[in-house]
Amino acid sequence: MPGTTPSQTVGPYLHIGLPWPDGPFALAEGAPGGIWLRGVLYDGAGAPVPDGLIETWQADPDGRFDHPDDPRGAVAYPGLRAFGRCPTGPDGSWGVYTLKPGPVPGPGGVPQAPHIDVSVFARGMLHRTVTRVYFPDEPDANAADPVLSAIEDPAARATLVARPAPDGYRFDIRLQGNDETVFFDV
Amino acid sequence: MTSHDPAAPAWTDAPGYRRDHGVHPPLDYPGYRSTALRHPSRRLRLLPHSLTEVTGPMLGEDRLGALDNDLTRQHDGEPQGQRIIVHGRLLDGDGRPVPHSLVEIWQANAGGRYRHTGDNWPCPLDPNFTGVGRTLTDAEGRYRFTTVRPGAYPWRNHDNAWRPAHIHFSLFGRAFTQRLVTQMYFPDDPLFFQDPMWNSIPDEAARQRLVARFDYANTAPEWALAYEWDIVLRGREATLFETEADDD
Repeated sequence: MPGTTPSQTVGPYLHIGLPWPDGPFALAEGAPGGIWLRGVLYDGAGAPVPDGLIETWQADPDGRFDHPDDPRGAVAYPGLRAFGRCPTGPDGSWGVYTLKPGPVPGPGGVPQAPHIDVSVFARGMLHRTVTRVYFPDEPDANAADPVLSAIEDPAARATLVARPAPDGYRFDIRLQGNDETVFFDV
Repeated sequence: MTSHDPAAPAWTDAPGYRRDHGVHPPLDYPGYRSTALRHPSRRLRLLPHSLTEVTGPMLGEDRLGALDNDLTRQHDGEPQGQRIIVHGRLLDGDGRPVPHSLVEIWQANAGGRYRHTGDNWPCPLDPNFTGVGRTLTDAEGRYRFTTVRPGAYPWRNHDNAWRPAHIHFSLFGRAFTQRLVTQMYFPDDPLFFQDPMWNSIPDEAARQRLVARFDYANTAPEWALAYEWDIVLRGREATLFETEADDD
């Protein structure tokens, strides 16, 4: 079996290669029911990271994926690409327009609370880091979620739960520090 | 739109992807100074692979412009530099081709300068070179770009620091777990020894997998030199069926 190809940093000039004009629109611009998921990417000194890129991947509102490896069958949801991509701005801010996902079955059929998988890329990162966004209006589902409930420290757990915002949700990402976001080995 | 198949099983476990710890650079690598404040200080938590992780965006032709796979034809004139063909296959960890998958590249021009407002070292921009390309792999996982060989360039990481010539690659595969951004290098680059990106990869054999092969057989006579570079994404864990068979 061939060895896998190692990761390398996106470097400081990712902005010429990776952003797409419609990247932030995981849901087509103007499609009804959309929410903005917005946040700021911070480094370990609390400074915003202006040369980063956030990518999101998620289920549709029914918890389904438009993908052949979903054993329930691929389902396309109107207007939903389900993948968002946004470079961070000079102030470290990013935003993705999307639909709130539905619950997704987890390993062994245990339901998972609605969540969005997030990849973080930046200059100074030799490999992406991965985190998850959960939703503040799902307290029961969050309490039963196998990934979230496995995190013993309530403060760490809280870093994965977005906050309500006027046009959707807010999810800041802190790469390092006391209030460091929980990151996953995928 | 594909409708739900009523015959599909209600079963929703899907094989995950094999983890490839040890292949990738550590997030905390003091030789690359910018990692200092940009690496998590807590241990990463193991995320079991659910449907969210074994699926991913299946991006297609709508991501591509007509000349996205030929970086030498995106302007009125031709860029300066050595014209090259960069081609290869996108594979998974079992050696299987990954077909119809988006490949994105970006790079410096022949002198080593990026068309980016943050890059202002004293090397001229080329009005005929943007340095950005995209393509889809074909049914056999093959990709192909025409571009110019990028130059090396200085940076301020350490005294007299130079990046070896490289092309940035972004790959999706077919699952969130397979997402990879990396860099392709050229054979026998004399700058490897002092490059922290290169040295951050713990395993020498894994480093060598970032180096393209000079491919004389695929040069275009009187036109372009060629380099071949295969990219290997993570492979899937054995299915339940295969696991049982292995136990016999």
